[in-house]
Amino acid sequence: MDHLDRLEAQSIFILREAYKKFGKLGMLWSIGKDSTVLLWLAKKAFFGHCPFPFIHVDTKYKIPAMIDFRDKVAKQYNLELIVHANEEALQAGMGPEKGRLICCKALKTDGLQQVVAKYEFEGLILGIRRDEEGSRSKERVFSERNKDSEWDYTNQPPELWNQFKTDFPPGNHIRVHPILHWNEIDIWSYIGRENIPLVDLYFAKNGKRYRSLGCAPCTGQIDSTATTVADIIEELKNTKQGERAGRAQDQEDSYAMQKLRKDGYM
Amino acid sequence: MSGEREVLNIVVVGHVDHGKSTVIGRLLYDTKSLPEGAIERVKRIAREKGKPFEYAYLLDAFEEEQKQGITIDTTQLQFRTEKRDYVIIDAPGHKEFLKNMISGAASAEAALLIIDANEGIQEQSKRHGYILSLLGIQKAYVLINKMDLIDYSEAKFTEIKQEMNEFLHSLHVFPLKYIPISAFFGENIVSPSAKMPWYQGEPILKAIDLFEKDTGLATKPLRFPIQDVYKFDNRRIIAGRVESGRLQVGDEILISPSNKLTRVKTIEYWTELDKTTAVDAGMSVGITVADEFFNKRGEFIVHPGQESLVADTFKANIFWMGKKALVKGQEYKLKLATQEEECEVCSIVKVIDATTLATVENAGQVKTNDVAEVIIKIKKQICFDEFKNNQLTGRFVIVDGYDVCGGGIVSGLVEQWQAVSKLVGNGLDLAVNCFDNYFYVLSEANVRKQEARPYAFSLGDVVAVAGQTYQYPEDFDIVDIQGKVAARVRKARLVSLVRLAAYDYAGVPVIETNGCYVKIATQEHFTQLLAELAAIDDWSGKQAARFISRWLDFTKYRTMPVVTQIGVTGADYQI
Repeated sequence: MDHLDRLEAQSIFILREAYKKFGKLGMLWSIGKDSTVLLWLAKKAFFGHCPFPFIHVDTKYKIPAMIDFRDKVAKQYNLELIVHANEEALQAGMGPEKGRLICCKALKTDGLQQVVAKYEFEGLILGIRRDEEGSRSKERVFSERNKDSEWDYTNQPPELWNQFKTDFPPGNHIRVHPILHWNEIDIWSYIGRENIPLVDLYFAKNGKRYRSLGCAPCTGQIDSTATTVADIIEELKNTKQGERAGRAQDQEDSYAMQKLRKDGYM
Repeated sequence: MSGEREVLNIVVVGHVDHGKSTVIGRLLYDTKSLPEGAIERVKRIAREKGKPFEYAYLLDAFEEEQKQGITIDTTQLQFRTEKRDYVIIDAPGHKEFLKNMISGAASAEAALLIIDANEGIQEQSKRHGYILSLLGIQKAYVLINKMDLIDYSEAKFTEIKQEMNEFLHSLHVFPLKYIPISAFFGENIVSPSAKMPWYQGEPILKAIDLFEKDTGLATKPLRFPIQDVYKFDNRRIIAGRVESGRLQVGDEILISPSNKLTRVKTIEYWTELDKTTAVDAGMSVGITVADEFFNKRGEFIVHPGQESLVADTFKANIFWMGKKALVKGQEYKLKLATQEEECEVCSIVKVIDATTLATVENAGQVKTNDVAEVIIKIKKQICFDEFKNNQLTGRFVIVDGYDVCGGGIVSGLVEQWQAVSKLVGNGLDLAVNCFDNYFYVLSEANVRKQEARPYAFSLGDVVAVAGQTYQYPEDFDIVDIQGKVAARVRKARLVSLVRLAAYDYAGVPVIETNGCYVKIATQEHFTQLLAELAAIDDWSGKQAARFISRWLDFTKYRTMPVVTQIGVTGADYQI
């Protein structure tokens, strides 16, 4: 087994634990590379089936190519797809001009919480990774959220030997992070090896590409000539830029992501 | 591609303020593993706080850390050398964050234990050393940090090395190297330090490349714990991860503990890339088998002749991280591989103070951050291995309420373990406490049972009718009023056991299993007692209290001596 085989085996093990342990389980799919890899891993874990719904929290500010890709893949894989937007906030005129963190909180965090409440999810699978940014590096694989989706990161139970947290009081839910231990280059190496279909925004056009995908107003492109997966891996090996450098909400203040995530952000 | 590169997980542990974060910050900085954003961000934070930049800040991603200057959780960071990629796990040193340290260390293959040269070996240095031994992490280097504070003195280095070696060796942890460093000044990090020419070994970045990765799980006996069984389509797929060994299509397999033999029919796959006829340790797979039994999560698939141990009791070393103490006799959930069963700790053989190695024998509880040798009794038989034979199937966690509160490793089977004395015969057995002594312990203002070595009496054996705190007549009967068995003792010998339903009052005194005299003098009394007993639905309620005061007398045959503290005469089990 090589490094990617080990990562894959661990992620599949985690997905199967989640499926076994939570009656109401859903997977968050942001259309980005990480959650698309996660979708692929789920197909592998369950031998071509996807035994739980996929959730897209749509802010209505997403880059249009993402939505096209979403609908195409959902149809191709025959996914049970839940698309949810915080309509109330949108009708009240929510947008990044109200403040990026306020907008993220309303359209993403609150939107997500509405889905959790509506479908009474006990488990939510998310494609976050430890190496993305500081607050994610301290996550557990099975991470508890209270009824308001808040994360008590100062008091997390131990997690050892693949024995995950599967007991929790009613009303709380568990965030499951099957690719927490992958890094950005692992993701791309795996996409290359498995030939996983991906939205083409990641590949350079006219000297620019997206390295991390989000909402159109708050997501910047990087200078790049990488048009293939191999090009991207080579580029990443030589970059000193952070992966989320193009994500404006992260730069709002020193603890932006930590604050967002404490309140239930993905 | 990184897929072909080797990855090694290293945990960094040590007493608080001995320099873990600085060492890691240095390693990241010196291997150029930090994204530009990170350094900028940390410099900005340092500026905002009006503090000079320190390497340690590179790790402090959370507000709380900067407020308190301590790492609250494990952090995972990556760096690379020529040889391979590293995932470095920064584990907090503070005692209250021990559970975080253990969470981090549990996934490590090698360890760096950091000791401040000026402060020397401290409480957490030892505790962390102990936990490395419990987690089975055999590959460790000890870094003696802040050598600049002791003028790079070889003598002081040697002194600390000897003291730590002595401690670690007693735990069967044998550090591979001791490296003198100054993380702050970068001595012995990347290249040999000019300040310490007396040190002949490698600097850290060279030394870590010498750690050898574990291999050999594939050559151990097959252990394939069933994780789940899927029937999404016409296939009935048994899914799980091969923890050790190798599994091939056509193999004869045994499903344990239900002991069903069958054959591997297929190894299932989704993409053509994954099509195979053999799978090795570490892979998450799905198989179909020739005979469709009812299989369930938890069972082990093994090769016949290479079975795991199957038992409901084992000896273990545990560490406890719960807010509430682990209490003997209380019900917990045990998770071992994919098995989950109710269990209790039926004997706490020893509680070990991990910093002094002082032991308390035969304790009643294991407190937060203690380590202990215990005997665990599980509600039913499960599959496991001794930790020394297979780490993956020889370790378990204990869940109290909603949280994992303890971890442990199986040290062995218990030979004919019994928690209490027993009377055996006529195809029945009766567990009794009537031969144990009870004392009023002045120092605790409490009544405690002193556990005698458990006895097993068979028919014809003389039983212990006279003890330190009790004296029974030569002829008496013992009834287990909440159980189903009674025993007759005549001339101090056990003569028969009968089912309670078939028991008749024989005109001799009757005691119950704790040694309380049962106030009956006729068969009618006994019948009435049984009727009242059957009516009790709550043993903590008034009805039960009335029953006890009406029918039982604790002091008829017993005395309750007052002692200042209870003597230690624990069961002599050897771990």
